[in-house]
Amino acid sequence: MGEVDTKGVVLLDFWVSPFGQRCRIALAEKGVEYEYREENLLGDKSPLLLESNPVYKKVPVLIHDGKPVCESLLIVQYIDEWWPHRAPLLPADPYARAHARFWADFIDKKVRPPYADASYVLWKLKGEGHSAAKEEFTGILKLLEGELGDKKYFAGDAFGFVDIALVPFVCWFYTYETYAGFSIEELTPKLVAWGKRCMERESVAKTLSDPHKVFEFVGVLKKRFGVE
Amino acid sequence: MAETKELVLLNCWVSPYGMRCRIALAEKRVEYEHKEENVMEKSPLLLQSNPVHKKIPVLVHGGKPVCESLVIVQYVDEAWPDRAPLLPVDAYGRAQARFWADFVDKKIFECGTKLWKLKKEAQGEAKKEFTEGLKLLEDELGEKKYFGGDAFGFVDIALVPLMAWFRTYESFGSFSAETEAPKLVAWGKRCMERESVAMSLPDPAKVYELVCYIRKAFGLE
Repeated sequence: MGEVDTKGVVLLDFWVSPFGQRCRIALAEKGVEYEYREENLLGDKSPLLLESNPVYKKVPVLIHDGKPVCESLLIVQYIDEWWPHRAPLLPADPYARAHARFWADFIDKKVRPPYADASYVLWKLKGEGHSAAKEEFTGILKLLEGELGDKKYFAGDAFGFVDIALVPFVCWFYTYETYAGFSIEELTPKLVAWGKRCMERESVAKTLSDPHKVFEFVGVLKKRFGVE
Repeated sequence: MAETKELVLLNCWVSPYGMRCRIALAEKRVEYEHKEENVMEKSPLLLQSNPVHKKIPVLVHGGKPVCESLVIVQYVDEAWPDRAPLLPVDAYGRAQARFWADFVDKKIFECGTKLWKLKKEAQGEAKKEFTEGLKLLEDELGEKKYFGGDAFGFVDIALVPLMAWFRTYESFGSFSAETEAPKLVAWGKRCMERESVAMSLPDPAKVYELVCYIRKAFGLE
């Protein structure tokens, strides 16, 4: 059960989870050493996970000195507050912080991988809701691009909270494009350019999954859940 | 200085999300202008201030809008840090408070809405989630005075608007709050002794009346 040392940082995660990747990027930005523990999302959940996140039983969970923190954006804020001396992830000014939290919350609600929502219709190649889902998705990308504008990152010159909330989905772009039948580069070129800039950061480059492996994973999910 | 800038809250009296903002502002003893919005006919100011969601509440401070109730409450806490802290000082306490406030959003108010919007046959799943949510919150509260311990704070603010809506949820969800969540009912009464809460929550009978009217108007009967 509690085979982890009560001191130190442990991250319960799943390799392709964009939510877990947010946490990994934040820890890397801060230079925090931690133990990564892979949970099998397609198999049985470990006793440690069930004990650490009894409410949702989901990854990621950050266990710090034996105490669990759940929900990826809360974990990122916790990391920022616990290790404040390096690479601040949220701005100092209250209004700018509120702005960052708003957009991170928007991304959390509107940009989801397929296994997070059973009824995510975009993943079906055809069917009634498909074009409506596609339209909704392109609307969301355009809104995000509007918010980014010509800035280097969402908050300006400094890589931060909103970038971390969104960037794990960049390795899902190839999968989205293939299922939805559009080019994200054509649709929202600024967003794609921002994604590339983020990938120049070591914390992001070492964390994001290979887009083809993501695509393969979705194929496995579709077979598993009989989605055609 | 936070105080010298104009502060406006765009709200709708019945919104539990708006109530959270009012309570936070009252706890901080901050003066502001309350603008009641007609959600059927949204004002240009609302549409301009919250173009993404077009929803209340919106706090406009010195012309700059803040949206989403829990983001607003945190903003109020950070913009007026010198009084009535709403979140704990330590990072772990803050993470816990944010976790439970988020839980309240998902499992209480989102589910609660389904209880009165859906027809009886469709309610089953929502009711189960809602009552389970109440139990989990009761466990989390335990024997404490408030969710944060002795000090009224973020999770209390996130949840207490439930006291204005309990009667409505009970009626359409067919359950009794006193039976399902007696500790929460007692906690709610303690919160209502605070001026900030008492002045921010509407009469539950009026909330119920409005929801009955909406259900009739939208053929949900």
